Amino acid sequence: MNVIEVKNLYFEYNSYDEHDKITGSAPVLRDISLEIPSGQFVAVLGHNGSGKSTLAKHFNGILTPSKGFVTVDGIDIADDSALQRLRQTVGMVFQNPDNQIVATIVEEDVAFALENLGVPPAEIRERIDRALETVDMSRFAKHAPHQLSGGQKQRVAIAGVIAMSPKVLVLDEPTAMLDPKGRGEVVRTVKKLNADGATIVYITHYMEEAAEADRVIVMDGGRVIMDGTPKEIFAEVGRLKSVGLDVPQVTELAHELRKNGVDIPGDVITEEECAEHIVKLLARANYDCY
Amino acid sequence: MTVIETKNLTYKYSVGTPFEVTAVKDVSFTVEKGDFIGIIGHTGSGKSTLTRHLNGLLKQTGGEVWINGRDIRAKGVNIRDIRFEVGLVFQYSEHQLFEETVFKDISFGPKNMGLSEDGIKERVLRAAEYMGVHENWLSRSPFDLSGGQKRRVALAGVIAMEPRILILDEPAAGLDPRGREKVLKFISDYHKSAGITIILVSHSMEDIVRYAGKVLVMNDGGIFCYEKTDKAFSRVKEIAEIGLGVPQITRLAERLREKGVDLGTDVYTVERAVERILGLMRK
Repeated sequence: MNVIEVKNLYFEYNSYDEHDKITGSAPVLRDISLEIPSGQFVAVLGHNGSGKSTLAKHFNGILTPSKGFVTVDGIDIADDSALQRLRQTVGMVFQNPDNQIVATIVEEDVAFALENLGVPPAEIRERIDRALETVDMSRFAKHAPHQLSGGQKQRVAIAGVIAMSPKVLVLDEPTAMLDPKGRGEVVRTVKKLNADGATIVYITHYMEEAAEADRVIVMDGGRVIMDGTPKEIFAEVGRLKSVGLDVPQVTELAHELRKNGVDIPGDVITEEECAEHIVKLLARANYDCY
Repeated sequence: MTVIETKNLTYKYSVGTPFEVTAVKDVSFTVEKGDFIGIIGHTGSGKSTLTRHLNGLLKQTGGEVWINGRDIRAKGVNIRDIRFEVGLVFQYSEHQLFEETVFKDISFGPKNMGLSEDGIKERVLRAAEYMGVHENWLSRSPFDLSGGQKRRVALAGVIAMEPRILILDEPAAGLDPRGREKVLKFISDYHKSAGITIILVSHSMEDIVRYAGKVLVMNDGGIFCYEKTDKAFSRVKEIAEIGLGVPQITRLAERLREKGVDLGTDVYTVERAVERILGLMRK
């Protein structure tokens, strides 16, 4: 079953003069059609300005289509009357954790949305505890957010979102401002949520993170230009580089070795499989000598 | 010639309160003229606090900072002069853009230095060229540019003051791969052609390996090691233990070593790994 459906989506930003008359428009999304099945972990890649974030902002109705439509769990995102239901269905996490934290105590921050929704206090307690446990931040429940590291803050932001039990989690470069340790923490948390059944839309510039997803979508110039498994996508090293993207280093290694006539698959994306192939290769090369 | 020297530099935040924290502990190091130094360390290791002392933005709670042979806190030293000698570019420097046009923004520093109209123009154009800021952007609003372009304009604004020492705090953070490469390449070319001293603070071992000759690894406010980049990063395991990200290709080399394939301990780039693997195959 598809939880997200995008049909012929166009979006453009308009510029206005002082009389609110449209003076020009800049197309950002051009004819995007996508279906995302429930429970899928989708990574979205694309250089700055390719339209990734604009697309993501349609999933919970922050932006609405100029043309075409988007539905999430059967809700038309342009339907104002369903907006609250939509926002509970789709949780958003942004780049800068400091912009997403509103309270002075971690657990109060996680409770923020639930209180606004009028969830009974006993249930709020239960949901906070579960959310903090999921992101492995229970022991910081009474701490002040400003004393936490970037990765910890980002996990608190995620806890605040998952406390609403959304079916879909959209994360827009959640690790861009974090150090390697913080990045690892966030990626592990996201994978855990996905394993528990959440559909994940994950925007990133880190190719190793995208390699963890079920599916990779590549955007350029407001269009989806590639869509496939990480193996299928990363095997096209040249095409990715031509749109300003990278591939994981092990994929690049395999690609370079192939250029030198070495027989190694072009779709190697993890360290593990890459190491295995190289060990085999060398064993074979040495055997051939004897 | 030594251009930067710290002697037992120590900095404590919130001294005398229950929240007192020592962010930099007893750090002594020197930088020679023309060096390209990387500073790396986990979040909270004291990298940014340390660099903020090098142009006098923070006043140390212990120790000394010497720039171009002068103790910057000595009597008679004007800290304003030090700031013209040492340019400091913060993280997300594009947030500091504020002028109506790119030209005006880049000229803000030189103007404050009291240069003539012509002198200002010359410096703005030179800095713009160094950072790949197109001439036709100069009359535009900086806010109409993309993230990577804005970042380069902000860098040009600091470079226009022509500091002999340039400190960059995560100049490529948050940019996409193409933007990262561009910014770092422009910085590296500038280093070479202007012959200045550069300190690059980064989380990325890949970037440091590619551009810096020497690296200062910080851990918990102190120096973990300060040596040639190759030598420092050959201690992969220890580096990973203090919370730094090790490039995937280096982790691959470690994994291969465990399986009995030795590519060497200095594999940080894909090119080097390719070379070593091909070498082993030809043996």
